[in-house]
Amino acid sequence: MVQYSRARLDASFGALSDATRRGVLEQLGRSDASITDLAEKFHMTLTGMKKHVGVLEQAGLVTTEKVGRVRTCKLGPRRLEDEMAWIERYRKLWDARFDELDKVVEELKLKEKVDGRKKRE
Amino acid sequence: MDARKESEPTPVKNPTTAERKSERELVVTRTINGPARIVFEAWTKPELFKRWWIPKSFPVSLLSCEMDVRVGGTYRLLFGPDASNSVAFHGRYIEVTPHSRLVWTNEEGDDGGPVTTATFEEQGGKTLVVVHDLYPSKEALDAAIASGSTGGLSETLEQLDELVVTLAASAGRS
Repeated sequence: MVQYSRARLDASFGALSDATRRGVLEQLGRSDASITDLAEKFHMTLTGMKKHVGVLEQAGLVTTEKVGRVRTCKLGPRRLEDEMAWIERYRKLWDARFDELDKVVEELKLKEKVDGRKKRE
Repeated sequence: MDARKESEPTPVKNPTTAERKSERELVVTRTINGPARIVFEAWTKPELFKRWWIPKSFPVSLLSCEMDVRVGGTYRLLFGPDASNSVAFHGRYIEVTPHSRLVWTNEEGDDGGPVTTATFEEQGGKTLVVVHDLYPSKEALDAAIASGSTGGLSETLEQLDELVVTLAASAGRS
């Protein structure tokens, strides 16, 4: 299970390391789109876009559905959440970050105190 | 989750707030237990910045951190679980006012990313930090929320946050 999550972590990083793929996610955040739409929008060949979408799909960030001859892409289940939940996660990220900042600041304060004492001696 | 921290003295922990202030703005606030001079130093010196920007609970590290903190100077943060799986985030400082204000762009997206303003206001030896993200449009912020991205560095961190929860949950089961 942990192994699986680790693989997913790597897949997410791989998927997000490319500017086009990040653009596709942003685009799909606005509305669903077909591979053809996306290829046009990003000035790519169909084959090229299919590859990008494949990587995103592998990472669970995008799902696709074929209706007739058109394959429609939308954000994967992992990305769908309401604004409140998103903001709470954003807050938690900053909270953890600020906790670490507090520690660094505490250490610098201590160092200043010690240095100040040394100067006075 | 906090068990590993028990050995360390815990100073007073101040609350962190986050809200969508308007159609285009996100605002985060927190009071840090130290003077603005020191807080500003921790935001602008790479060797200090890299010690706190990625919380320890995340399974990634800042692989490299280049920051030329002056008006027009650029920054580039490279992070990930390892060098073969890294993501770069970059932008430019557009305002640098020592001890009180930093403004930078987030340029990794295709469309214009948000502009981030961090202000540091000292009150009785403590510093109120306000981090303000201004998106180019309502649509841009809506899209960021819909896609789970917050633009810039936090985009991947949001993702990792989810994964950490998954890891913790699966560890609990085994």
